Amino acid sequence: MLRRTSLAVALSVAALPAQAQEMQDPVTTFTLDNGMEVVVIEDDRAPAVLHMVWYRAGSADENPGSSGVAHFLEHLLFKGTEKRASGEFSKIVAANGGTDNAFTSYDYTGYFQRVASDRLDLMMEMESDRMVNLQLDEDDIATERDVIIEERNSRVENDPGALFSEQRNAAQYLNHRYGVPIIGWRHEMEALDLEKAQAFYDLNYSPNNAILIVAGDVTLQEARTLAEKHYGPIPANPDLQERARPQEPPQTAERRLVFRDPRVAQPYVLRTYLAPERDPGAQEKAAALVMLSEILGGGQTSVLTQKLQFETQKAVYTSAFYDATSLDDTTFGLIIVPAEGLSLQEAEDALDATVAQFIEDGVDEKQLERIKFQMKADQIYARDSAESIARRYGGAMTAGLTVEDVQAWPEVLQAVTGEDVIEAARSVFDRRKSVTGWLMASEEVGQ
Amino acid sequence: MKFLVACLLSFVTVSPALAEIEITEVTSPGGITAWLVPEPSIPFVSLEIRFKGGASLDVPGARGATNLMVGLLEEGAGDMDAQGFAEATEELAASFNYSVYDDAVSVSARFLTENQDEAVDLLRQSLVQPRFDETAIERVRAQILSSLRSDATDPDAIVGAAFDDIMFGDHPYGSHYEGTLESVAALTREDIVAAWEGALARDRVYVSAAGDITPEALAGLLDGLLGDLPADGRPQPEAVDVQASAGVTVVPFDTPQSVALFGHEGIGMDDPDFFAAYVMNVVLGGGGFEARLMTEVREKRGLTYGVYTYLATKEHAELVAGRVASANDRVAEAIQVITDEWARMAEEGVTQDELDQAKTYLTGSYPLRFDGNGPIADILVGMQMDDFPIDYATTRNEKVEAVTLEDVKRVAKRVLKPEALRFVVVGQPEGLDSTPVQ
Repeated sequence: MLRRTSLAVALSVAALPAQAQEMQDPVTTFTLDNGMEVVVIEDDRAPAVLHMVWYRAGSADENPGSSGVAHFLEHLLFKGTEKRASGEFSKIVAANGGTDNAFTSYDYTGYFQRVASDRLDLMMEMESDRMVNLQLDEDDIATERDVIIEERNSRVENDPGALFSEQRNAAQYLNHRYGVPIIGWRHEMEALDLEKAQAFYDLNYSPNNAILIVAGDVTLQEARTLAEKHYGPIPANPDLQERARPQEPPQTAERRLVFRDPRVAQPYVLRTYLAPERDPGAQEKAAALVMLSEILGGGQTSVLTQKLQFETQKAVYTSAFYDATSLDDTTFGLIIVPAEGLSLQEAEDALDATVAQFIEDGVDEKQLERIKFQMKADQIYARDSAESIARRYGGAMTAGLTVEDVQAWPEVLQAVTGEDVIEAARSVFDRRKSVTGWLMASEEVGQ
Repeated sequence: MKFLVACLLSFVTVSPALAEIEITEVTSPGGITAWLVPEPSIPFVSLEIRFKGGASLDVPGARGATNLMVGLLEEGAGDMDAQGFAEATEELAASFNYSVYDDAVSVSARFLTENQDEAVDLLRQSLVQPRFDETAIERVRAQILSSLRSDATDPDAIVGAAFDDIMFGDHPYGSHYEGTLESVAALTREDIVAAWEGALARDRVYVSAAGDITPEALAGLLDGLLGDLPADGRPQPEAVDVQASAGVTVVPFDTPQSVALFGHEGIGMDDPDFFAAYVMNVVLGGGGFEARLMTEVREKRGLTYGVYTYLATKEHAELVAGRVASANDRVAEAIQVITDEWARMAEEGVTQDELDQAKTYLTGSYPLRFDGNGPIADILVGMQMDDFPIDYATTRNEKVEAVTLEDVKRVAKRVLKPEALRFVVVGQPEGLDSTPVQ
């Protein structure tokens, strides 16, 4: 094997930092008097603008028994207000040449429109209207509940991998709402009603619980003026509480589960470990875990791919994954799809042996260097999409991080050493905090 | 590698008023043309390459060869094996994505300005000097077989295969481009090399770029990048007559939600009525919440999470087609509503209000597509593949504006054919039985 290493890397690494320095996000932030935070990302390459409102309210903020209500409400926000009929919102966006949609996760619910920049005024007027003036009726509720159940059918019931994932998540979290699916448990979705949706809306949809992000062809002054005009007059909700969700107790018992479904054609093993997330002012542990996931599973030269797919050929696919941006405890995951003829037990053993050997051997410094260089380059590539910058800020800020944390993150990643990575691996790979799941077809035996 | 900038470069520049992008055509000394939108503000380049033909160039008995070949382009080239090539790519922080579909092999590259020459040379080696090592072949073959086994129990894959078979029969479009478990298992290294020689040739290549590169620099690198490919490849397949007939085909599969694809013969982009049909489709089911099918099937009745229609304009066939998914006990109703709407639009066309809204949506959203170097390069290469003029972005909205209510009415009657509309349903749909395909 020919390795084209030293020269190219030396040149590139020496050349890049100067450029990456200039690549700070073109981002400004301020806060309205009612507590609404505003992030402005200026990019005038095209006469378009992305307008987003993120609420610090996701499925993990729901009350027990009404799982799915955050997502259900997201759908219902497209119904009427005092000013607008049901369905009119999207119709107006489309008639103005724009596109719109919304998304819900554990920690946030977000709404966005992409429009020509001269339509920003109208978008803010409409979005601020539905922040507090939503009008729901029983017909909306009944029909839209059918829609979200069909959505669950599409995303979950028709996909054994998704059903498996729900069961694993529920086993991973003993107490936290991250163990409940974002879309909701089916039996609770069927019981969602106007009262539950209205209660979630009344509590969570207010300017002091929201982040406005405007990205694209807009100046700071324009964005500020429009934000003050439309969102400024809405009073803060005094009833809003600090987000304090039930936290995990010490996890002291390893969990294992087998999910069988006749629709499974390709069995695999997936294990997750409870893991720390990025915390405000303390992102170092999470940064080391990001590096760990890249080193183990980030592409063709990663440890799992190299050992299990190239050398021993025990796997057709392997990966490691870690979601660093989360309000509460997150997970670190490993997956192995065994080569034909290998049992799930053999695959799991090979995976464990490879990880143990990695911890023994330590980090290949050249690999770490390549990953860091790619991350620097990613700062340049990321500038191409104002939307991806917007999502990065929105995701972080609804997970309890500050703008300063977001901006410090690339440097925190660059500062991670090989020793940090091994330390993080020793700490996170604690079987007592893990769930190991086997996905297999019904007729197969566990072996 | 160094490239000489010759004096033979030719530039044609237009400035579309609406999309506000300036497309430059460059031609290399060796005669390869490319479209470019220079954007020096961020120091990287997006480069798109398409080889027309793609998986449809598979020869009988070697179905899946082009797909396997494309999967191997990043698995070793020149002096580098798979790991060596991956390391070299990572060291440059470049990314190369190789994919295939029915009508093309697609290569999407992204690289930093500061190491552009090294990145382009690496890309060149993957296209011109792929190794097709036996170990790599076996590894990628195993991945494809795994994917095919999963497809066999995936409702979306099952319905896609059944629909293509009914619409396109024996034409390459009628079977899956990845091949079958049997055909992929039987592929030899010779099949793969032949697929490479047949698919990656200069007579079918289209190139575009956007980002931090000058027209001179782009023209200068094209011959080095692609000049060593063979001049000609395999002949393109023949056109196919779409074979739909009205009715329902049920593919029984034990899953709670039925997935349905539906459609019949469509309309080509070279047809004078294409834009009218395009506008009509937006009103019928073209993706937005305000389309008729979305209103009738989802918003009013809650029968689905999503329903949409589209005009499929493939190289050798056209379809008007769509997709819906509903619980097994509700899919029959969804299909009835879609059938009724299909007939209603064929009969009545659209209203003035619907037409106006569709037009403002289409004309307003078009410039928003030119959203970054990656999307721009992608649009540019697509325009060339479709044989559009370089000023297409300027005239496109005028063509949308020119569509009248009468045009849509005429084209709806002509293009929408309730008498040929076939639904292919995978699941255990209640109250639906297969009717024969004629």
